[in-house]
Amino acid sequence: MTLLDIDNLGVTFDTADGDVHAVNGLSLKINEGESLAIVGESGSGKSQSAFAVMGLLAKNGRATGSVKLDGSETLGLPERKLNRIRAEQIAMIFQDPMTSLNPYLKIGAQMREVLTLHKGMSSKEADAESIQMLDAVRIPDAAGRLNMYPHEFSGGMRQRIMIAISLLCRPRLLIADEPTTALDVTVQAQIMTLLGEIQKEFGTALILITHDLGIVADACERTIVLYGGRVMEQGPTDALFAKPTHPYTLGLLKAVPRLDIDQDELETIPGEPPDMSRLPAGCPFCPRCGFSKPRCSTTQPELRLEGQLRRACHADVAEVAA
Amino acid sequence: MTLLSVRNLSVTFDVMPRGAWPWTKPNKLQAVTDVSFDLAAGETLGIVGESGSGKSTLARAIIGTVPAASGEVIWEDTDLTKMSPRDRRAHRRETQMIFQDPLAALNPRMPVGEIIAEPLLTHYPQTSKKEARTKVGEMMERVGLLPNLLNRYPHEFSGGQCQRIGIARALILSPRLIVCDEPVSALDVSVQAQVVNLLKRIQREMGLSMIFIAHDLSVVKHISDRTLVMYLGRQMERADARAIVRHPHHPYTRALIASAPIPDPVREKARHRPVLEGELPSPLDPPSGCVFRTRCPIARPACAEERPPLVEIRPQHVVACPYHDEQEPYQILPAETELA
Repeated sequence: MTLLDIDNLGVTFDTADGDVHAVNGLSLKINEGESLAIVGESGSGKSQSAFAVMGLLAKNGRATGSVKLDGSETLGLPERKLNRIRAEQIAMIFQDPMTSLNPYLKIGAQMREVLTLHKGMSSKEADAESIQMLDAVRIPDAAGRLNMYPHEFSGGMRQRIMIAISLLCRPRLLIADEPTTALDVTVQAQIMTLLGEIQKEFGTALILITHDLGIVADACERTIVLYGGRVMEQGPTDALFAKPTHPYTLGLLKAVPRLDIDQDELETIPGEPPDMSRLPAGCPFCPRCGFSKPRCSTTQPELRLEGQLRRACHADVAEVAA
Repeated sequence: MTLLSVRNLSVTFDVMPRGAWPWTKPNKLQAVTDVSFDLAAGETLGIVGESGSGKSTLARAIIGTVPAASGEVIWEDTDLTKMSPRDRRAHRRETQMIFQDPLAALNPRMPVGEIIAEPLLTHYPQTSKKEARTKVGEMMERVGLLPNLLNRYPHEFSGGQCQRIGIARALILSPRLIVCDEPVSALDVSVQAQVVNLLKRIQREMGLSMIFIAHDLSVVKHISDRTLVMYLGRQMERADARAIVRHPHHPYTRALIASAPIPDPVREKARHRPVLEGELPSPLDPPSGCVFRTRCPIARPACAEERPPLVEIRPQHVVACPYHDEQEPYQILPAETELA
């Protein structure tokens, strides 16, 4: 059953340099319990799409299109109604757990606040529930931790606490925005394993936003590749990694140094990620694309289904995949 | 030919305990303990480890920006740690450094041309303006920047371009050793590959020696000839960069490899990935004996007693674990998955 249905989402920022289109025409559906990755480099619009869904855009940002949760529109809802959705239906965790936790409040107080506000629990009930949740994210000696401040925990532990807080109201969808980017690889592996277990245990759907193709490969069933605020390619993760049909996906996969393969030279994508305030009229990737054709710079290719994947590219699949 | 020889190098920092009085004796933090290796001319040594492993401190002690507590850093035949500050300063033209955050490493108020020329004018003040300008132009071309961008300021460049400027500045003195501290970690994937290729090309063309520090084992494997794995300031394993990934012996190296994701769903799912429990212990209070024992899957009581020595298990492959051969042979992918 479809949990979240995003249709033709656009995010525009009104800046001194004119309108900046951070996201253009993003459409996706996510079912209960499913996992989906949104992959892109800096400025691809991956975080802004999530902020738009959560109603967390900056003041100069506007979201257009439609975001439906269980079939009812959430874009443009008043803050009061959004607050209910944000805790009880969709929760979000961020890259840097230290900036998401209040440094002045003990962990216990921050968890209690959520439960008393949203679930109407008493402090005692809330503490019991908090301890249970800290246990679930594998924090040892959970009961003793409620009286500690965020700075007393390591980075990995803080991220576990953030995950615990986000799960307190049993949301049906968890959006994780670069949850492991600030962590060491061994701790990253722990957190990714934890996210997988939580998905199974609580049946939570997961949207993982990341720049790291490696963690996507293992964690998500479907993947969306964003570039310059537009979807380049989307589909089942296995198919996308095995036979990418978009020049950008192909380039990204070849640019990553691999542990399991010895490469002499990395294949590179020439040029730099685009300046979002000066995007070309056509495909945002065309200035860096090895397959670009004259019409690429003038007309934006439509997202079309080819085999298992949807791709937005004027070049033939056979040409790119060859 | 050996260019640089590090012998039993240790670095300690004074740390004041919480709530200490000014006259309280500071605690000693062992950031680097007893590290030894040789670096040949034209060779690249990769150093990997998680945050707090002492990899950056080691590099700084080699360059001389933090003092060594004990041990020697021998450059050709001279011990750098015993050099007079004046000689050491002059020696810095031989070793240059590239940093992680390219924008933070560049003076925001200086045009790029001046930034790149600065080391040259510092070490060779008699250089004429014309000479400096030609040299800057050459360097900019070498790192793939258009020389007509000379008068622009750092903020006008993207992250990847700033890193190129940092590289040009490091190269202008024609050093013989370059120390790169996480030079690509802050860059986007597509730009990271460009900078890695650039560093590799320059290293080859100029015959430089390079120390390449990163937390990402796959980047280190790609760029280095040899890899040194560090944990809590100690050497765990050192071997040929490709061999260490194919046949890791130390349990920590194995854990690092298992934690590093591979961007291929089929291989990733076929792979055995034991997750390392726990986190890095505090360097102020390191475990006795082997520092890795608190997280080690094959730890035993004897590990707490004495520090395992680095043992050469085959030429050019040293491991600091006496029990390494009691483990199953490790393979990054199961045998039936074909390795490219």
